[in-house]
Amino acid sequence: MQHLHVHRYERLWLTAGLVMLVFFIAVLATSAIVDGFVPPSRTQTIDPTKVSATPPFDHPGLHQIGPGQYEAYYVGRIFSWDPASITVPVGSHVTFYLTSSDVMHGFSIPETGVNASVTPGWVQSVSHTFTKPGTFLVLCNEYCGSGHQFMSAKVIVQ
Amino acid sequence: MIPTREDGALALSKAEGDLVALSHLYTATIVLGVGALFGMLQGFSRVSWITMPPWFDYYRMLTAHGVLMALVFTTFFITGLFTYCVYHSIPRVRSTTINKIGFVIMLIGTVMAALTILSGNASVLYTFYAPLKASPFFYLGATLLVAGTWFIAADVFMNVAWFKQQHPGEKVPLPAFMATTTMAMWVIATIGVTIEMLILIPWSLGWTPGVDVELTRMLFWYFGHPLVYFWIMGAYTIWYAVIPTTYKGTVFSDALTRVSFVLLLLLSTPVGLHHQYLDPGVSAGWKFLHTILTYGVVIPSFMTAFAIFASFENAARQAGVRGFFGIVKWLPWRDPVFAGAGFGMILFIFGGFGGIVNNSYAIDVLVHNTMWVVGHFHITVGGPVALTFIGAAYRLIPYLSGRKLFAPRLALASVYTWFVGMAIMSLSMHWAGLLGAPRRTADVSYLGSAVAAAWHPEMVGAAVGGTIVAIGVLLFVIVATGTFFNEPEYTKPHPALEFAPADPAGGPTPSVLDRTGRWALVALALAVLSYAGPIVQQLQAHAYLAPGMRTW
Repeated sequence: MQHLHVHRYERLWLTAGLVMLVFFIAVLATSAIVDGFVPPSRTQTIDPTKVSATPPFDHPGLHQIGPGQYEAYYVGRIFSWDPASITVPVGSHVTFYLTSSDVMHGFSIPETGVNASVTPGWVQSVSHTFTKPGTFLVLCNEYCGSGHQFMSAKVIVQ
Repeated sequence: MIPTREDGALALSKAEGDLVALSHLYTATIVLGVGALFGMLQGFSRVSWITMPPWFDYYRMLTAHGVLMALVFTTFFITGLFTYCVYHSIPRVRSTTINKIGFVIMLIGTVMAALTILSGNASVLYTFYAPLKASPFFYLGATLLVAGTWFIAADVFMNVAWFKQQHPGEKVPLPAFMATTTMAMWVIATIGVTIEMLILIPWSLGWTPGVDVELTRMLFWYFGHPLVYFWIMGAYTIWYAVIPTTYKGTVFSDALTRVSFVLLLLLSTPVGLHHQYLDPGVSAGWKFLHTILTYGVVIPSFMTAFAIFASFENAARQAGVRGFFGIVKWLPWRDPVFAGAGFGMILFIFGGFGGIVNNSYAIDVLVHNTMWVVGHFHITVGGPVALTFIGAAYRLIPYLSGRKLFAPRLALASVYTWFVGMAIMSLSMHWAGLLGAPRRTADVSYLGSAVAAAWHPEMVGAAVGGTIVAIGVLLFVIVATGTFFNEPEYTKPHPALEFAPADPAGGPTPSVLDRTGRWALVALALAVLSYAGPIVQQLQAHAYLAPGMRTW
């Protein structure tokens, strides 16, 4: 079998590229293992046709579970989020549990890094600590139909 | 590969083949023109310069733009390009019947899907995520478009098989090798969307009660990411084999060109989960596996970057030109064929690194489904891919039609205009995305929200850039149409001048690289291995089916 001829400079270039890629992978692996930073990947199913009869999504809203600790249950349905507004104190750690009763939605709070796909049939989860006061816009960032642009809610941090 | 005696039958066959390739390219041209008009109107609509009428609402137009640009324009251009690459690098008396059948099926599928979208019965965007439920004609049309490409793939494969049979021990001509490797990758990739369609079509007809949403998403992105590499491999084919002829250069290394294409064949498919980082129902471990493989597919692009610049430098040194700026200045920027690819390469530096950024899920969380992503794919498919295709069309259309290029200065202007417009537009989109502006949204004012107000200047930038791009497309359509009506007075160049020769200093080409069939089996195995885990996870979850609805 003939051997591949690789120019010396190309070898250097590819080695540098590979080192860079391995470094990126190492950074991601470290942040996953040490800081537990992984993308939202909850694997819990729910019947999308019976969301409003399935606890806890039969009563969407905010629940305090400890000092500064909250859980928020959201249902996405065309073209609104339920609850439309929640209020939490500054410094609160909120875990969002999200599902859809119709088509796909996207739960996004700009300026916070909260971003997750909301898929009918599944419960997704993402959490965030609100360190600054203000009114945060919650929007839908997955196209869901003709009123998609109106689908929004509020998180008020006081 | 130069025929010593071009007899009558060969000349006739060549002329017929040229017409076939030309039909693909002109279809792509028309589609690009329509798609660009819709794109420009979207930009206007998002900054409220215009309000779309209810009979042609924003999402209907957005679906048409996405489908026409991402699925139709690119596919027709690439099938035309590969028809040209194979027919011209393997001259023979041939039948073009299978190619023609494929073309007609693609065309029927396109018309069916386009009419369904324009009539408002498929405003599901080009990703058609279930359970948004479009008319069955949309899914059928898209399936026919894909099925037609398999006939083109068969034509490519059969010509290469014929060459191998007739020329034992010889390596396959490089343009034909690149065409066959890319089409092998494409066939593997389209398995995903075909299975998805086999789920969606009966469901849209009302024969099945619901769909497993995550499963269909996974099948879509199994296809959706290699689709991106399908475009890029088309552009790379032009960069490697055609562009060096514009500066009397060579292919830097025949062997390494083939290695990069084999790597693209292997690694384009097992990476699709990086589009689903934020999805429920898929474990983080599987997502991480696809992150690693996505970094792997960067390597052939590094190789390509090196080879392209090395080819520039070698040719410049031959001409007695040295130094970075000397070489850049020496390159034929006044030739629209070169300028299209050259500007595409500049944009791809940003597009490529943007892709590496998106693959890091820590950052992807910040930009997922924002305008950043729209900026990213416009600076990739709208940058290196479309610009290279437009530049190449200025070479291929005269070659294939035997008609002189109409208004070469307009042709040059179209490429410069597109470049400037796309740079402004995609930069603005990236910026808007970093500020949190969502993509695919008709109105981003959110009832006067303060954070949404901050996106407006960037969206104005995108609308202005988009207008400039649309002017570039208009110039392209004028040149292509004018050439179509030019007198057939252009003397076709000698076939030896069409594709760049390989630099002998690149060394011999190991014959194992030409075994595309075997590499395709390895690629299929890799795809199966990387998807077996997440697919089994989906099936074991016994997810509830979503009935689906029409929400527009």
